[in-house]
Amino acid sequence: MPGIIGKKIGMTSIYSAEGKSLPCTIIEAGPCVVTQVRTKEKDGYEAVQLAFDERKEKNTPSAMKGHFKKAGTSPKKKLVEFKGFPETIKLGDTVTVDVFKENEWIEVIGISKGMGFQGVIKRHGFSGVGGETHGQHDRLRAPGSVGASSFPSRVFKGMRMAGRTGGDRVKIQNITVLKILPEKNIIVVKGSVPGANNSYLILEK
Amino acid sequence: MDKIKEIESLLSEKKKLPAFKAGDTITVSYKIKEGAKERIQQFQGTVLQRKGTGLSATFTVRKISGNVGVERIFPLNSPFIDEIEVNKRGKVRRAKIFYLRELKGKSARIKEENI
Repeated sequence: MPGIIGKKIGMTSIYSAEGKSLPCTIIEAGPCVVTQVRTKEKDGYEAVQLAFDERKEKNTPSAMKGHFKKAGTSPKKKLVEFKGFPETIKLGDTVTVDVFKENEWIEVIGISKGMGFQGVIKRHGFSGVGGETHGQHDRLRAPGSVGASSFPSRVFKGMRMAGRTGGDRVKIQNITVLKILPEKNIIVVKGSVPGANNSYLILEK
Repeated sequence: MDKIKEIESLLSEKKKLPAFKAGDTITVSYKIKEGAKERIQQFQGTVLQRKGTGLSATFTVRKISGNVGVERIFPLNSPFIDEIEVNKRGKVRRAKIFYLRELKGKSARIKEENI
């Protein structure tokens, strides 16, 4: 799907035409530069590589410098491949927020906030023991049984347990675009998106 | 954070509202939609607090209706707010005056500020 790379700026609320207060996220999206066009003949698939966010020349590896020089652009920080762009797109073209329209549904991909080692209640939504009395003492948030005894004599693979939580790639579908400010490269979407402020986001149609 | 403020100012036109703070007595004229009709309701009381920044800022107004305290939270930038009138400037020593909830009658008065 055609899309663009963005950066989460933060959340606020705006008022709709009916006067309703809507929670929204402000995303700085683009302008992105086409740094590579993948073709069926050469790469076996069709895609367009976009680059976003300025990077200092001295912090760029020389191999990357050559890659950006080929596209005729300054070094960038984030590179992502997109499918579904029209075939007329060339190396060095710029993609702006104009790929989206207001009141359109889009998909937003981000890396969720890392929460560290968490128990099963936060991680998998277990409900806990459910009572503080009747002999329960210090296992209010415990996971309970993880399986039967002599058969199968082991814990099944994929059993939901405590562990590292967050920091995953998360896609949110059907987010409404509330406003687009093309001169500022800003897109305002309804509701929340995954990730911390200033983290990269991939917006797709 | 500054970027959010900049964009918030682009997203909505600034309404001219008078400056008020906790302890002030104000009258809020609030538009209410009933079907297709629109009318204005007034709510007069003491400001307990101002909360939040930017477009999502709110304020709380408390009044005594009959013998019952009634509090109402208004979004500061809501298009339904028609007008805010400051009736009295109160002299209080904190930004949030929740202690007013515990007080009744004579002790619930607030000194007026001399300007």
